[in-house]
Amino acid sequence: MERGAPVAYFLGLLVALVGFWLGMSGHFSPLLLSLGALSVAVCLILAYRLDIIDREGAPYVRILGYAMYFPWLMKEIVKANITVIRACVKADLDIAPALVKVKTTCRTDLAKVTFANSITLTPGTVTVEVEGDKMLVHALYEQEAQPEAFEDMDRRSRIAADGKGAGA
Amino acid sequence: MTAAALIALLIGMLLLLIRAIAGPTLYDRVLAVNSFGTKTVLALGLLGFVMGRPEFLDIAILYALINFVATIAILKFFRYRSFQVPLVRRGGPGGGNNG
Amino acid sequence: MGDLIANIADFWGMARFPLGAALCLGGGILCLIGSVGVLRFPDFYTRLHAASITDTAGAILILLGMGLMAPGWLVVSKLVAIFVFLFLTGPASSHAAANAAHTAGLQPMIGPIGQRSDDDEEAA
Repeated sequence: MERGAPVAYFLGLLVALVGFWLGMSGHFSPLLLSLGALSVAVCLILAYRLDIIDREGAPYVRILGYAMYFPWLMKEIVKANITVIRACVKADLDIAPALVKVKTTCRTDLAKVTFANSITLTPGTVTVEVEGDKMLVHALYEQEAQPEAFEDMDRRSRIAADGKGAGA
Repeated sequence: MTAAALIALLIGMLLLLIRAIAGPTLYDRVLAVNSFGTKTVLALGLLGFVMGRPEFLDIAILYALINFVATIAILKFFRYRSFQVPLVRRGGPGGGNNG
Repeated sequence: MGDLIANIADFWGMARFPLGAALCLGGGILCLIGSVGVLRFPDFYTRLHAASITDTAGAILILLGMGLMAPGWLVVSKLVAIFVFLFLTGPASSHAAANAAHTAGLQPMIGPIGQRSDDDEEAA
């Protein structure tokens, strides 16, 4: 692993861990604060030994992109939920499951993970397999899972994870 | 009304137990147990609010983590029949970034 | 002006408990619907879709409702932590189950299942 700017990632992880401890504990007595400092130090040492203090360990750079992506994803989840809930409570079953191959334009692993997780998070579609830039998607309704339906999500997750200039 | 929500969750968990016992394949059972775990997390939180002790959320957080690890461990075990195998793709090593 | 803000705060303090409880109830019912779907759907891959209702809609509504009823910021931060865990691990375990089943050679049902050409069903 290249140790380009480890101090920034180190500080990022430190801030996240301290925030997590304070958010979970809520006590500010000296004993508990020193125990928290000890836990954070142990976590940092372990993370250093595991070599995971890198871009993915402290993803602060892309936080704005994900903040813009999240509301859109929520909207998609609500829309898809209505379809699947209707299929669940309908008196007689009318579903048309299908396996669809989706090609993604995402280049980096982070973008692919974002895209595949978004597909799986949306009810009605599940990523079954990821091979290179092709994904096998199982969908509850064949007519709603044409490859064009995923293009928008693909583009948005690429922008969220890689920034505007990357990919394609 | 919170108690009613808790009861609805518990009935849902009961239905999932039926699927976990009846499920024809292994994966149905794993799916049912995983969904059962998610519902348990939510039910623990609601139980804390019904009893007026939101400290139950700590247990819920722990359960959320354990549930994920348990699901992955069960699936890994039934795929490789061992916990000691490194998780690699069958088609070739890595697999993520070789387009 | 201060009066108005105090009024809004009063109203919020009064309304948040029924609102939160209603959201929790809605989420509970959605979880129940998801379980019914898991029982009803014909094969593993379709059951996966029903289970993801619980993971998304049910979890969002219940956590939101609990957040509205929360007595302090500490509880809200724990709820946010649960939300983040569920949203990162839920799709990961769904995908793991689907991928394991696919690798083991479990074939999904393809094509329309139980579809009827009645007009009243199309309108619903």
